Amino acid sequence: MRHLLNITDLTVEEINELLALGNDILDHPEKYAHRLEGKKLATLFFEPSTRTRLSFEAAMYELGGHVIGFAGANSSSAAKGESVKDTIRTVACYADIIAMRHPLEGAPVAAAQVATVPIVNAGDGGHHHPTQTLADLMTLNREKGRLSNLKMGLCGDLKFGRTVHSLIGALSRYDNVEFILISPEELKVPSPILRELDEKGIPYREATSLEKEISNLDALYMTRVQRERFFNEEDYVRLKDTYILDAAKMALAKDDMIVMHPLPRVNEISTQVDDDPRACYFKQVNYGKIMRKALMLKLLEE
Amino acid sequence: MNIDGITSGVVIDHITAGKAMQVYRYLHLDQLECPVAIIKNVKSTRMGKKDIIKIDDATFDIDLDALGYLDPGATVNIIRDGVIVEKKHVELPERLTNVIRCKNPRCITTVEPGIDQIFLLTSKEERLYSCAYCDTERK
Ligand SMILES: [Zn+2]
Repeated sequence: MRHLLNITDLTVEEINELLALGNDILDHPEKYAHRLEGKKLATLFFEPSTRTRLSFEAAMYELGGHVIGFAGANSSSAAKGESVKDTIRTVACYADIIAMRHPLEGAPVAAAQVATVPIVNAGDGGHHHPTQTLADLMTLNREKGRLSNLKMGLCGDLKFGRTVHSLIGALSRYDNVEFILISPEELKVPSPILRELDEKGIPYREATSLEKEISNLDALYMTRVQRERFFNEEDYVRLKDTYILDAAKMALAKDDMIVMHPLPRVNEISTQVDDDPRACYFKQVNYGKIMRKALMLKLLEE
Repeated sequence: MNIDGITSGVVIDHITAGKAMQVYRYLHLDQLECPVAIIKNVKSTRMGKKDIIKIDDATFDIDLDALGYLDPGATVNIIRDGVIVEKKHVELPERLTNVIRCKNPRCITTVEPGIDQIFLLTSKEERLYSCAYCDTERK
């Protein structure tokens, strides 16, 4: 039995297999419509995240399975003081696979210690969010046709943005990927991640101006500057508008550069950009559902 | 208890001078009922000065991981009937269970009851460990 707690739990070969399966699901959804008939997914959202939960649930329904679960700590057993491990032991009696989101880092690791069914980490605090990374990888693979030979720009909150950290980790296993890390001084990529890039000899550059860098990029990953990551309102207000992608900046970018975003966005991508064919963030949402289907198939059919 | 020799028990030798009290705490020696001797600043040809701890109890089960984490140069002698029956060299362990605690306030280990505190060695040179749950590093 396998879990997916961190994107690096999967080898490059396994990710490539999942991407191939994802492509087939996208092209022939009908082939997979009954593959998980009779199976139940439990979505345990100890902290609410409607879009991620809906993505998992839609994925399971499209495979012919069923969904049970809860959302929000108030409605859950956690509100009554039950431990993560006890909740998992209980739910494992009802479900064939569990997708869990928890505000505390490492909660899925604790869950996996006692789980008798596969655990999928649907986000644990600021730590990991591997199915988002699968969505990101499918987006690059479909829209750029490759995961190697990329000048990958990441912009915004690179300090707390867990999707950024996971994507760097996943892409740094492919050949000839260069990272251009565009952020304010206060929100730079944490040093342990940079140290790892140094150790592996992977090229990266830190920059502060999106305008100066955008013309070089093959793909641009925008992130939201989250209010809850800041200790005070002043810092948030000062930094949140620093890196806004608009039509003027898009005019400087390559014709085949793609724009990605884990969503939800606030105002870091102007709505002017939405109709630009290079904007891929809504396709990315669909790819996320497709990769969750591929993942559940793999974990349940192994 | 005879300070020079014990009949059956454990002698922790080659403790870095000054670390004996820390070893005492990490190995929970305060909880033992048997005689325990802490000898500080003993002359050593190899180390100049060293500390030694003697535990006069044949049933004492030493936590080598905790000792290895704290003082990887220490040696452990198991004594039975006045003779050394086993000599163990400790080293920096790959995995620490319930030796140190995670300091990340957002880590699941801060609230989950009965959870093991697990750390994995990430850099031998820097003696760096990371929490198996949240990856937070500490020495
Ligand atoms: Zn931790």
